[in-house]
Amino acid sequence: MSVNLTLLIIMGALYACGIYLILERSLTRVLLGLMLLANATNLLILATGGYAGLAPLYSKDIAAEDYNDPLPQALILTSIVISFAVTAFMLGIIYRTWVLARRDEIQDDVEDLRVAETPSFDAEDDAEIPAETSEFPLTMLGGDGRDISDHRPSGDGGRAAGTATLVAGGREMPAEDAAAEEKPGSRNVEPGPEEGGK
Amino acid sequence: MNIASFAPLAVVLPILGAALTFMLIRHSRAQQAVSIGLLSLTLLLECLLLAHVWDGGTVAVTIGGWLPPWGIVMVVDQFSSLMLVVSSAVSLAVLVYATGQGMADGDHDAPVSIFHPTYLILVAGVSNAFLSGDLFNLYVGFEILLTASYVLMTLGGTGPRIRAGVTYVVVSVVSSVLFLISIAMVYGATGTVTMADLALKLGELDQGTRTLLHVMLLVAFGIKAAVFPLSFWLPDSYPTAPAPVTAVFAGLLTKVGVYAMVRTETLLFPGDSLNTPLMVAALLTMVVGILGALAQSDIKRLLSFTLVSHIGYMVFGLAMSSVAGLGAAVFYVAHHITIQTSLFLVTGLIERRGGSSSVDRLGGLAKLSPLLALLFFIPGMNLAGIPPFSGFLGKVGLMQAGIELGTPLAYALVIGGVLTSLLTLLAVARVWNRAFWRRPSDAEHPDPVLLAEPDEDAQADGQVQGEARQDGGARRTGTLLTSRTSATRSATLLPRTMVGSTLGLVALGVALTVFAGPLFGLSDRAAEDMLDRTPYIQAVMGGDTVVPPVRTAGGGQ
Repeated sequence: MSVNLTLLIIMGALYACGIYLILERSLTRVLLGLMLLANATNLLILATGGYAGLAPLYSKDIAAEDYNDPLPQALILTSIVISFAVTAFMLGIIYRTWVLARRDEIQDDVEDLRVAETPSFDAEDDAEIPAETSEFPLTMLGGDGRDISDHRPSGDGGRAAGTATLVAGGREMPAEDAAAEEKPGSRNVEPGPEEGGK
Repeated sequence: MNIASFAPLAVVLPILGAALTFMLIRHSRAQQAVSIGLLSLTLLLECLLLAHVWDGGTVAVTIGGWLPPWGIVMVVDQFSSLMLVVSSAVSLAVLVYATGQGMADGDHDAPVSIFHPTYLILVAGVSNAFLSGDLFNLYVGFEILLTASYVLMTLGGTGPRIRAGVTYVVVSVVSSVLFLISIAMVYGATGTVTMADLALKLGELDQGTRTLLHVMLLVAFGIKAAVFPLSFWLPDSYPTAPAPVTAVFAGLLTKVGVYAMVRTETLLFPGDSLNTPLMVAALLTMVVGILGALAQSDIKRLLSFTLVSHIGYMVFGLAMSSVAGLGAAVFYVAHHITIQTSLFLVTGLIERRGGSSSVDRLGGLAKLSPLLALLFFIPGMNLAGIPPFSGFLGKVGLMQAGIELGTPLAYALVIGGVLTSLLTLLAVARVWNRAFWRRPSDAEHPDPVLLAEPDEDAQADGQVQGEARQDGGARRTGTLLTSRTSATRSATLLPRTMVGSTLGLVALGVALTVFAGPLFGLSDRAAEDMLDRTPYIQAVMGGDTVVPPVRTAGGGQ
């Protein structure tokens, strides 16, 4: 079985360029890369058909070895149609990306980044609670969110009672608010900007 | 002329339906009727096919009367017909669900009317891949279903879907190109693409060429089936699609890849030449997948990771190349298609009811909607492999086969499988605890829908439980009023068709448990036939074909 060396070299070049292009972040280049890969594969299939021969139209006078193998050509035809459809679809998607984001680049997955940036400790369980590190009895909240701490005046004078403040996040705030903020599901924390699902 | 001659109809009927629904694109009612009707007919036909080959026997249908080494054949055996029945049942349920969703949201807009034709094309592609007895026809089946899935994945064309669609399309096209390259190489080496003929001729090649072709095919199918090093595209692209689309993708597309891997391993390259790498890949798929799932807070993403993880079980069963292992893998594929799809459908319902699919925003759903909780709980426990369910039976089958094999690697896989199963339970239990069990106010960022409703729903519950709470006259009328509004609201939140189809699918999952005995018998017979290869090859190539014995390096069958 003899093969056409020129076709093989072209095929190799197409594969190399195609693989280089699909590693790019720009969508148009990725599309071009995919097209090159598809065409290189078509050449590969053509090469598997073996030597060039006559068109496979049956005639009694021609020996069986003189015909070309028709099957690879049928396969190539199918593969061309498929890659045509995929290219058209990719162009549609690229256009849509351009319309939506004004960028010809693959966008990052927001949820993926969020999961990647989520720290390993759970704020609910692991965060240091400033209100509890104080040696003074501060405000305690009951199950219904009401203040149930006993406001007996402590030895140091009335600082801990009622209007006790503590430093949180670089500013001073009433201890009661700080304690409420530590409560899971607290409503004075703004919901995060991330969205679930859509 | 027996029923198996009608096998090509399993491909033709959905394509016909796609053409009809495309013509009826302005009449959504007629579209729904046609697509559901034709898909039911397909399912009926496939049930008859399964019944025909239930006790054994492989039937080959030659298309257009061209004889096998040259023409295209479709092969019906136990494995392919079982896959056909399960996949069509699942896609019918998802179609009903999607129809219900469309009706509830009252869409008369253009993009969604394309859903029915595309969906039917997808089903046709899946059927074609399952029935194909020809490597290139298998490629065409893959392309049909992939092209349809590109459209479904980007349905509506919103930003996140386009972003996910780009990844998905590029990865799928690359895997298809790899598949095509390996077909070209197989053809160059043997001069045929009929799988039964290949089974005879590939054995005559020298070991190096065989291994090259084998690895190329496995890599191409491995991308489609999301086996570990090739699985990262899946959790990235699946979660953004609409719920029914994700559900059907999760159920069917990866399993078509697994199906192709099974055929490659049993029919084309029998023996145990690549069993060790496959087992390592299976172990890594299981463990890495489930560790990914534990990090997620979005239910859809979490389920996508468990999907990847459980592909590992199927590859494990396949890699053992023993009747027990392959039989358990066949059973596991059928089980997993049903369960994973129903979980995604339930997640769609959760998203409708709770306004979000992120467990950080959900809470108290068990009280809001006990039916939804039940619908999540059963497949969730089934996925994790809690004893009475089919997930447990499938896993036990795999473990038994692994211990029977008895190599250190097989033991490592058994341990990995048990660990993965426990971690799956942990992941599912976390979703359960957070989305269903805790109070909505305990959620990190509770969705307003959940916070607004406890009063109304408490009253609605009171209404259901009796008159106990309705003591005062004025309060009673007020209660009736609010409960009525909340009733109509939950009717649009959870339309009956959507809940009904999910319920049907969950029931099918339970039925797999109830009828596990006969099903295991069937999958064991299918595994025996596939490992024997003689029934398949003789059905396609003629009864007097001599099947060469399988070369094994030791162990194996």
